This record gives sequence, structure tokens and C-alpha cells, in this order.
Amino acid sequence: MAEFLEMGGYGAFIWPAYGAVTLVLLGLWIASRRFVATTEAELTNLNPRHTGDKDEA
Amino acid sequence: MFHRFANPTRFLKLAAIVQPWAAGATLLFLAGGLYYGLIDSPADYQQSETVRIMYVHVPAAWMAMFCYTALAISAGVGLIWKHPLADLAAKATAPIGAAFTFLALLTGSLWGKPMWGTWWVWDARLTSVLILFFMYLGYMALQNAFDDPARGTKASSILALVGFVNVPIIKFSVDWWNTLHQPASVVKMGGPAIHPSMLTPLLLMALAFKAYYIWVLLMRIRGEVNAGKIRALRLRQVHGTAPKMAEEVANG
Repeated sequence: MAEFLEMGGYGAFIWPAYGAVTLVLLGLWIASRRFVATTEAELTNLNPRHTGDKDEA
Repeated sequence: MFHRFANPTRFLKLAAIVQPWAAGATLLFLAGGLYYGLIDSPADYQQSETVRIMYVHVPAAWMAMFCYTALAISAGVGLIWKHPLADLAAKATAPIGAAFTFLALLTGSLWGKPMWGTWWVWDARLTSVLILFFMYLGYMALQNAFDDPARGTKASSILALVGFVNVPIIKFSVDWWNTLHQPASVVKMGGPAIHPSMLTPLLLMALAFKAYYIWVLLMRIRGEVNAGKIRALRLRQVHGTAPKMAEEVANG
């Protein structure tokens, strides 16, 4: 396991690269989910007939 | 066919069907890509273990250019045919493209230090990708710089189209100029110059990133459609309540 984490002495470069990808993609996903949730809530507030997926057409 | 999806309600119905598949594909390809990339692939004979950075760096760089192309096409369609969903797709693509461009730059830097001996060089490939990152930021800033969202969309769409000139420059920068960056080894004449054991995780991660793009794009378009409805409802409320208020005032 320690050998795996060490990555032939290059762990200090490889793990931050994978860590940054995880953080950025997860962060953007969370922000996008929140964007949808807050706008859905606001729509329901403004217009109680709004039901998300089954939109008033 | 094109205009069928200009109707946001119809589009949202389709998006609700596609979204879980995109989510599943992202997680599946990611699991496979990480397994082959970090565990079941050999170290490079020259770059040893650092070659594993390639499995996130190269797909992120592909996505950086792919997202900008999608952004420019959507902006163009929105500008020319006034297609409302195209504008929303462009707006929703920008932060995803910016994220991938940032990651391409950052992971490239983390790969450059051990292999080139430097975090950064001002050569054609690196500089043109940095400019791409600024194009994304400029697009997003310009979009929100106007009180009238329609004007912001128009101005930023023109910027997106003009900025597209940078995409072929990035692609061919490694052939046109002397650079530390290596030339293309996957998409090239005579087939990929990369062993299948390394091509597998590379392509799996590329598919994971593409599926992630679709997943988050559909989410963000839904958010943008909602935001548009909120603006319209607010406007209607302002105009709708104004006479009522006047009536109340009139009745004391």
C-alpha cells in the first residue's frame, strides 16, 4: 500500500493531480445541483402550480 | 427536428430521461478508468509512474477544446437562429469548459515539474491553453455584465465566436512552433502511437469526462430554464400587481 501511494517517488505529483480533478469536478457537480434546487424552490415559491419535472406547459 | 427541442418543456422531459444514463456512464467509465489508470497499467519506460498523470491531463485537455467548440457552435446557433435553448446550452457549457481547462493546466504543471524540470514555460501550447481559460472567464463575465440578459448573451456570443480562432491554434501549436510539449500521439496518421495498456485507461477517462459533461450540462440547462421562468414571473408580478396597488391606494 505504501509503495502504491509512493508511486515510484512521484506520488507528490500524481496524487495532487488526481485530487484536483476530484475536487473540481465534484465541486462543479455540487454547485450545479444546488443551482437547480434553489431555482426549483424559488419557482415553487413564485408559482405554487409549478411542479418541477411536470412543468406547466 | 432541430426546432422540436427549442421547446424547453419538451427538452426538459428528454433531459430527465438522459440524465440518469449520463450519471451512470460517468461513474462506470470513471471506475474503469481509475482502475486501469492507477492499478492495472504499467509505468512508462521513460516517464515511469508520472505517465499516470496523462490519464487525467489529456482527457481534460480534450474536453477543454471540445467544450469551447460546443460553446462556439451553441453561441452561433443562438445568435443566428435565435434558438433559446442554444443560448442556454452555451451558458451552461462555459463553467464546465473552464473547469476542464483549469484542470488541464494544473495537471500539466504537476506533470511538467518532474519531467521537464519546470512548472511552466511560455511556449505556444501552454500559452494558447491559458488564453483559452481566459476566454471562458471573459465569456462568463461578459454574459453577466449587462442588466438586460439578452444583451449580455449577444455580446458574449460574439466573443465566443471570435475566440474560436484559438482552438485550431491550440491543436496545431505543437506542430507549428518549437515546444517542450509532445505532439499528438492518439489522433494521428497511421494510428495511435501508444500501447493498448495505456490507451485503455486514457479512453475510459475520456469517456467518463464526456459523460460527466452531458450530466452536468443537462443539470445546468434545467437551472437556466428555471432562472428564465423566474425572471418572467417576476416581471409579470411587477406589472400584474401595479394596477392592484393603484386600486388599493385609490380605495384608501
